Amino acid sequence: MTKEQIKDTILEIIAQIIPDEDLSNLKGDIPIREQVELDSMDFLDIIMELRKRYGIEVPEDDYMQLNTLDSSVAYLEPRMRDL
Amino acid sequence: MATRKANEARVVITGVGLTAPNGNDLTEFRKSLLAGKSGIQKFNIRYMGEVLAGVCHFDPLKYQKKKELRRGTRAGSVAIYCAQEAIVDAKLDLACLDKSRIGIYLGITEHGTVETENEIYEIKQFDYNVKYWSHHHNPRVVANNPAGEVTLNLGITGPHYTLGAACAGGNIGLIQGLQMLLLNEVDLALSGGVSESTGSFGIFAGFKSEGALAAHPDPEKACRPFDKDRNGVVVSEGGCIFVLERLSDALKRGAKIYSEVVGYSINSDATDFIFPSAERQVECMKLALNKAGISPDDIDIINTHGTGTIEGDPVECQAIREVFGEHPHAYINNTKSFIGHTMGAAGALELAGNLPSFEDYAIHPTINLDHLDTECPLNNLVINEPKKIDKVDYILNNSFGMLGINSVVIVKRFEE
Repeated sequence: MTKEQIKDTILEIIAQIIPDEDLSNLKGDIPIREQVELDSMDFLDIIMELRKRYGIEVPEDDYMQLNTLDSSVAYLEPRMRDL
Repeated sequence: MATRKANEARVVITGVGLTAPNGNDLTEFRKSLLAGKSGIQKFNIRYMGEVLAGVCHFDPLKYQKKKELRRGTRAGSVAIYCAQEAIVDAKLDLACLDKSRIGIYLGITEHGTVETENEIYEIKQFDYNVKYWSHHHNPRVVANNPAGEVTLNLGITGPHYTLGAACAGGNIGLIQGLQMLLLNEVDLALSGGVSESTGSFGIFAGFKSEGALAAHPDPEKACRPFDKDRNGVVVSEGGCIFVLERLSDALKRGAKIYSEVVGYSINSDATDFIFPSAERQVECMKLALNKAGISPDDIDIINTHGTGTIEGDPVECQAIREVFGEHPHAYINNTKSFIGHTMGAAGALELAGNLPSFEDYAIHPTINLDHLDTECPLNNLVINEPKKIDKVDYILNNSFGMLGINSVVIVKRFEE
């Protein structure tokens, strides 16, 4: 996957988890949870979805890496580039 | 006659919210019952394929966000829909009420079965590796879930819990609300029952293994209490929540009063896991009549529990004959013949279906009764066509469940 594809995938997962939110203006460098209503259980849904879809394990110590859309792409790129 | 009670010690129904397989509010439900319209359809369920079931067609997005739906349970959705509809029907403005004085008491037959089956099905794809087990599982399966989801949706901060009472749950939710009002624990009770049982293959399979799952080429004819060709239960989902208030409060705000709840009782057979006991059902009906301070002759309509099983129906008929005599004054009907067995919702939903009789003086029948079983002789059974009568002052509602839990509720035409 390219970085752009990874970003689209993350957005698609988030859209599925919080279907009432408008994600079209989500800024890449601001924490996602400051822009949309996404609580800790929703965040765990993102982790679960990455595990189920792509077999990616995000250890708890790395959760902060998924704070923003940009940091998420940067963190996931090495793990998803060969998918 | 019982001594006249103070208005603070009388509890009335001032709102009804419901979803049934043949109607999503009381008006629609009543219309279907008087028109003989069934709500049973073909239904596909995991591992079993095509079965028959009563499915509700309310719009969950009327009161919930998509995220709430994704996170919660079907029973939670049913409960939220019914609670919101009941509040609207009662013309209550929640913003003006003390939400810490509202209690939510919902009868359930079971809860968590559907969610657990779904999770196991899900992790099967991952060779049963439990790291794929959902973090939503526990809040979905806790027994208070359906009532708790109502508090989250409505911001109600008073007590909420469910009452596990098998198929007597709906009546018992209602009784619990009444008792909490009489104890002055709350000022308003959202009471009734809910069911999401159609989501569980295990419930269908369990009835099938018992030899008690209804089958018929025509789904609408599958649930046939008291008919000699009945062959079991039709599993249904549904919900019904009443707004209950002390009469003094209802009068103060000029509420529409559907009826007064004047008698109730709960007892146990203490005999068998499944098979009912006529002796204890008789006791239960008599206890409720005593509590209401009336005699069997005062009852005008009896809504039977009758589920359409070979074993269960004759027992209830025997109990009714014992209490009301061979030639009762009361007319007798059945609501499951239309909607199947809505499990935890059944008691409340079936009572609701009969409440309009106080106004329209009609009694909906029991349908699908082509050949009355000689094991189920009941005089005054209203068969296949509704009946008009001149007087409706008291309605008695039977609701019984597995492990031998019996419940009876008696409502009375409201008069000051």
